[in-house]
Amino acid sequence: MSLDQADPAAPAAAGPAAPKSGGQAGGGAAGRRRSNRRAGRWWTPWLFLAPALLLFLYFKFIPMANALTMSFQDVQPYLGSSWVGTENYSTVLHSEGFREAAWHTVVLAAGQTAGSMALGLALALLMEGQGRRLGFIRSAAFLPVVVPIAVVAELWRIMYHPTEDGMLNGILGLVGFGPSGFINDPDTSMASIMVTGIWRGAPYDMMIFLAGLTSVDRGLYEAAKVDGASRTQRVWHVTVPGLRSVFSILFILAAIRGLRVFTEVFLLTNGGPDGSTEVVMTLIYKLGLEQNRLGVGAAGAVLLFLATLILTIVVHLLRRRESK
Amino acid sequence: MNAPTETALGLTESRSPGGRILKAVTYLLVLIVFAGPLLALLVSAFSQVKDPTQLSVIPSGTTLENFRIAFDQGVLGYLLNSFFVVGFGLLLQVAVSVLAGYALARKVFPGMTLALVAILATLMLPEEILALPLSLILADLPVVHFNLIGTLAGMIVPLGAWGFSILVMTEFMKDVPRELEEAARIDGAGDLRIFAQIIMPMCKPALGVIGVFGFTMIWDQYLLPLLVSTDSSSYTLPLALRTLRIDPAVTPGVVMAASLLALLPSVVVFLFFQRSFVHGLTSGALKG
Repeated sequence: MSLDQADPAAPAAAGPAAPKSGGQAGGGAAGRRRSNRRAGRWWTPWLFLAPALLLFLYFKFIPMANALTMSFQDVQPYLGSSWVGTENYSTVLHSEGFREAAWHTVVLAAGQTAGSMALGLALALLMEGQGRRLGFIRSAAFLPVVVPIAVVAELWRIMYHPTEDGMLNGILGLVGFGPSGFINDPDTSMASIMVTGIWRGAPYDMMIFLAGLTSVDRGLYEAAKVDGASRTQRVWHVTVPGLRSVFSILFILAAIRGLRVFTEVFLLTNGGPDGSTEVVMTLIYKLGLEQNRLGVGAAGAVLLFLATLILTIVVHLLRRRESK
Repeated sequence: MNAPTETALGLTESRSPGGRILKAVTYLLVLIVFAGPLLALLVSAFSQVKDPTQLSVIPSGTTLENFRIAFDQGVLGYLLNSFFVVGFGLLLQVAVSVLAGYALARKVFPGMTLALVAILATLMLPEEILALPLSLILADLPVVHFNLIGTLAGMIVPLGAWGFSILVMTEFMKDVPRELEEAARIDGAGDLRIFAQIIMPMCKPALGVIGVFGFTMIWDQYLLPLLVSTDSSSYTLPLALRTLRIDPAVTPGVVMAASLLALLPSVVVFLFFQRSFVHGLTSGALKG
């Protein structure tokens, strides 16, 4: 969703296509005699893989290698670069700005992850079931996920208008709260971005939870009913444990997405006001592309990558231990 | 979704009057919160909103004025850029994915694991992290020395290979029965023929899945066009929204009109291919 929002989980199998059996394949002219065991030559598969591998080499692996080398250099385009060892890393780690940005990123990622998952689960529980009407409401609720992030940001920017007659402030006024500055006030800017992120993330989590709910054993619900469990107990003791794997998958996805958050912050506040919403990626963008401090920016990016990698590995290990 | 008779909460099948009211209130709230803002966007796009603080929820003085102003600001050009990028980007992405999927699913060859690991590794390298070096590479591609900065090609080619699509295609192609392929081989068909006449026709549903995901993913791109474009002539529509907003002569109504044009394609694609989309989303996430 970048469909990055709807960036679906890694090894995905979109379900088996039900292949229709039968139907002899169109035979070619049997004039050419070939050994049918070892079809093709050794390089045939590589030929099929070539476009993908070449594109990955150019736009993923070479950039990553360059990020690593740049992070140890004082990069000066057209002037040649000089090796500076780990200087960039110490610059990054000792800079107040970067530490704050890292903290903001963690807060934002944690808040959006927790908020989206809690709200997504609530929505899934409330809207589980069948019926045309229900399907329609679920689809409507899912729309924010497929709306481009740039549009989401522009829309919320207008809704967050800080004066009394702004849309959300108008609603707040109805229930007797004073006008909020939202993204224009350092005290509320972070929370405002978080809310926007949750609005876009919760319906996505809802869909995943709904799929998970279908696999919870119905017999257990019956049993819980017979044992006189209340509705709350039923959800807490039967449904939530049944969704355990869904929780961990959503957690990985959301956390990784959260760490590299960029577009919504860039468009809503660009790190302001007073740097109250500066995250790692907006900082790297400013360092690298606006101030041309490529080495320092690259070091920040490498650290961000390592954080993502460590997080993924830790969650994977936890999952593996759990399933044993 | 196949139909369980029992739900966890039991709200949807409650028949009592109290339960019904609760149900109605819940659904209404959900609609207001998640679809309400988009409805405000839709209405504002067609209303005469002069006040920069407002969105209209109630239609007032329906007009196409906002769209006219948006087109005067060059929105049509941005929209065409977006369509160009998504069209060619998707073609490239689908072609690359089916070719790679075929090799990974139907062939056993030395170095196969290495190729698979390399493709999985790319999922850990999002464009955000690679932004700086990627912008330098696009300015001067290694070996061939093309400069893609300021061109639409620079927004297309880096999206040509997407690990997710390749993996979906691989999984699907594994399910095509071996017997069909064997029979064709005995008849003397080569790899290309088997790929085009046996494997591909059986993977139409998979094409739907990678098509809808690819479309939404490419349409939603922001950082890559931002790195590539040098001036507004190569902006895609999502990128242009910010330029529109900063223009003091442009009212929110105009920004909303342009936003509507920017969200319509992906929403339409989603509604049309909802099945594929939800299917890919859920099975992808749950098998991960």
